[in-house]
Amino acid sequence: MAAKKTKRRVQVKGFLLLFVAVIVALAALLRGKDVALFNAKGVIAQKESHLMIFTVVVLLVIAVPTLMLLYFFAWKYRESNPKARRATETQHGKFLAFSVWAIPGIVLLVLASSMIPATHELDPHKAIAASGKPPLTIQVIAMRWKWLFIYPQQDIATVNYVQVPVGTPVQFELTADDAPMNSFWIPHWGGQLYAMTGMVNQLNLMATTAGDYSGGAAEINGEGFAGMKFTARASLDQDFDQWVLGIRQSSDVLDSAQYNKLLTPSQNNPAAVYSGVQSDLYNTVVMKYGSHDHMGH
Amino acid sequence: MKELLIGKLNWQALPHEWFTLGGAAALLGLGLFLIILITRLKRWKWLWKEWLTTVDPKKIGIMYFIVAGFMLLRGGLDAIMIWLQQALSSGASHGYLSSDHFQQIFTAHGNIMVFFVAMGFVFGLINFIVPLQIGARDLASPFLNTLGFWLYVGGVLMVNMFFLLGGKYAATGWLAVAPLSSTQFSPGVGVDYMIWALQISGVGTTLGAINFIMTILKMRAPGMKLKHIPLFTWGSLCSMIMAVTVFPLLTATLFLLFLDRYAGMHFFTTTGGGNAMMYTNLIWMWGHPEVYVLILPSFGVFSEVVSVFSRKRISSYTSAVLGMIGVSTLALSVWLHHFFTMGAGADVNAFFGLMTMIIAVPTTVLVLTWIATLYKGRIRFTTPMLWFLGFVGTFAVGGMTGVILAQPPADFQLHNSLFLVAHFHTMVIGGVLWGIFAGLTYWFPKIAGFRLNERIGRYAFWCWLIGFWMAFGPLYILGLMGATRRLDHYTNSSWQPFFIVALLGGLVIMAGVVLQIVQIIASFMQRRQLADTTGDPWDGRTLEWSTPSPAPFYNFATIPKVATRDAFWEAKQLGLPERKYEDIHMPRNTASGIYIAALAFLAGFGFVWHITWLIVAAMLGIVVCVIARTFNEDTEYVLPAQEVEKLEHERAQKALARHQDIHTDTFEEMGLREFVRVAIKWVLDVIRNKRWRTL
Ligand code: HEM
Ligand SMILES: [Cu+2]
Repeated sequence: MAAKKTKRRVQVKGFLLLFVAVIVALAALLRGKDVALFNAKGVIAQKESHLMIFTVVVLLVIAVPTLMLLYFFAWKYRESNPKARRATETQHGKFLAFSVWAIPGIVLLVLASSMIPATHELDPHKAIAASGKPPLTIQVIAMRWKWLFIYPQQDIATVNYVQVPVGTPVQFELTADDAPMNSFWIPHWGGQLYAMTGMVNQLNLMATTAGDYSGGAAEINGEGFAGMKFTARASLDQDFDQWVLGIRQSSDVLDSAQYNKLLTPSQNNPAAVYSGVQSDLYNTVVMKYGSHDHMGH
Repeated sequence: MKELLIGKLNWQALPHEWFTLGGAAALLGLGLFLIILITRLKRWKWLWKEWLTTVDPKKIGIMYFIVAGFMLLRGGLDAIMIWLQQALSSGASHGYLSSDHFQQIFTAHGNIMVFFVAMGFVFGLINFIVPLQIGARDLASPFLNTLGFWLYVGGVLMVNMFFLLGGKYAATGWLAVAPLSSTQFSPGVGVDYMIWALQISGVGTTLGAINFIMTILKMRAPGMKLKHIPLFTWGSLCSMIMAVTVFPLLTATLFLLFLDRYAGMHFFTTTGGGNAMMYTNLIWMWGHPEVYVLILPSFGVFSEVVSVFSRKRISSYTSAVLGMIGVSTLALSVWLHHFFTMGAGADVNAFFGLMTMIIAVPTTVLVLTWIATLYKGRIRFTTPMLWFLGFVGTFAVGGMTGVILAQPPADFQLHNSLFLVAHFHTMVIGGVLWGIFAGLTYWFPKIAGFRLNERIGRYAFWCWLIGFWMAFGPLYILGLMGATRRLDHYTNSSWQPFFIVALLGGLVIMAGVVLQIVQIIASFMQRRQLADTTGDPWDGRTLEWSTPSPAPFYNFATIPKVATRDAFWEAKQLGLPERKYEDIHMPRNTASGIYIAALAFLAGFGFVWHITWLIVAAMLGIVVCVIARTFNEDTEYVLPAQEVEKLEHERAQKALARHQDIHTDTFEEMGLREFVRVAIKWVLDVIRNKRWRTL
């Protein structure tokens, strides 16, 4: 009996040690790491992370006591416990049967009442209201395996690099050309959206802090998938204007010959910039697949 | 001419990369070994008559276990290769796999684990256990059952065929998402191998599911009402009803994809008016219910395990059954949560988000029911119970992450990330697979006639539990760090430590698998001491424990009469009734299932490589076999009552003798050290005395 007791004590100690070790290891691994989704640098990402945290907290409120109860019962009613009272059948009244359904039901109501408004508020198609600043439109074409960004207002284009001014709402108009379904994702700024041929999918984001972030393709799309990445830079207004001016000096133009070159599948493409874009290029690309519903208008 | 004869097959297609060569060598080696072994042992006839052509659901169940077990090893190897690549391939290093190869591996891994491991085990368990639980001797249609099994085997062969006969496997992810799976983006035969592997086995699934629904509805023992059937049977019934509902949809969807690829149609292509979003919808209308097809039988297993090892009736049976029915009904209306990010409006997303969260309610109800069952129980910590306790904690995490993913705005960030990958592995490993392990351990005595070694079983459990969290905990974190799934390379080197921990976790899981194999061997070595001589080793509650172990081929010498739930438990309280033997009608073995499945396999192979004559010949063959089978009237035979009595008598004598043979007081289960010692001794003995000559 005594031996058994010490054995159990050793086991309990072992578990506590293991638990502490896991926490310590996690802390060590996470030190100085950028947990993108909780290190939001955009308004949308921020709100999305708040929703996640709220949900987790609500869920833990029910899950932790439930699991504690489970493991407590398992331990208390172990066969070797002489002190436990036994039954061969649960005498449950209507109340138990009711609460078994009611408890998760209440949690559901709480979560649904935050989820439904959040889904409308954070609808990617919804334009972001910012004080007085007109939105910046960036047309995005997913290709094999690179991202082409066209700035119609600035008449410039870039490959695998995108820059936006901080605090300006950005409308990404996503489409694809000669490519499977793609998903356009910049985790620090906000959630992803699909880019598909023959239609325009609008994703509204707004960066809040200057810096370089990484974006990429999230949906499997063939051999060049892992290398289909780009840098997303958020900069102050004047830096952005400077950058645009700088590109305007470039002699490369995105005409149809250049565009067709880009269409040839290629992997791990370096960034590139173009100082002029053939007029109506984007619409031609969208229309070339016949008419589909345009989303997000 | 060549085109006519072998279609698009050619020399280049033959294996020539190291992994296809390795796979081919392994497969051929295994095949050769088995052929030599069976020939040496002169077991071909026995194999054919007793096993391959059997219609006994118990034997078919065991064959499912064996095939699914091998596929688990095969898919597990894929997993280790994936983990290894990701642990290495950071920054300047590109790992040891090309991206194309890497993508083939995770695609094959997904297909194999879902269709040939999880589905295989689920069908195995249902085959073995459901007829016993409902007091039936066989199935509504024993023939459809063998056919279903052999079609499953056909699928297994097809999914591994690219090793032997070359080409590649699909590199599209396990659902062959369109338009990536079109010939435009995936030329070659990879996607075709996938389509035909899933088509062949999918038809088998539909047939099997119809059969089990009919069996459960029509073949129950007299007196057993629906409100009496055990919870594993309920889980299986819900699962099979869902399978019948959605598998035809999978078949139709893949058929359209096949037409796109084979006949140049434009259902899901980017050009020609195709609509890839349609494919996404269709495949998930099947895909979401499919995950519940897998988990419901496990819910059933855990319900049985909790009740038996707490020595208590399940609390709130009605809630549990309603929970299962609720889960399966709701599961049909949530598919869009797999593509909130496609850009449907907020109303659509909110609706599907809500439906998805509602599913968590009946799921939670089941968990609460199990907890209430523990309350005031008399709990034995056998390995099935350990799997249960590990499962609930793990499953709770999976359920919570599921509810997070069900919120569209949160999903925009988490979709396609490793967080999602961690979510569904938590559910599929922690829920489906551990449920299967619990079930296999729990019913092992009924299957094999002896219990499994508990000591080594416990080690295996801890390896799985710890390995699982080491492997998938980091994936949750990586997802939150913005890592997408399916990366064969990443530049952000701060992710690497997490991938390395994940790889180590994978290795710990592998140790768990090795221990499970050791557990089975060790139990076999001590089978006399571990023998279940009573047929009821756990003090069981349901009818399968009322018949001896291993269950006789006719299941029950006399069909039990049922008036309550937990029929056997009640009977034990009242005293077992006197037996009166009667003639038993048994189905005859048939080889039609094998023939039809083999022909279906050949037809599929013809479609993959565009070999028209093969397709036509195989299809004709199938028609002939089906007609021949339909006209075969001699499909049953009678086992006379005296014969049954004789068999029962002999068995009882044997059991008695064995029972007296066991010295429970001195018997100790083999531990690992003892196992290694005995194993080495055996090997040395074989070598020293040149025993392989007599093998
Ligand atoms: C509480 C119940 C559950 C909820 C609320 C839930 C929710 C979700 C959601 C919203 C997704 C889509 C995420 C995305 O793609 O962005 C998802 C994916 C998935 N879930 Fe669950 N889930 C639950 C239970 C399960 C169970 C029981 C299983 C398996 C047995 C499962 C297996 C999967 C799989 C395999 C995927 C995705 C596969 C893929 O994309 O390749 N889930 N789940
Ligand atoms: Cu789902």
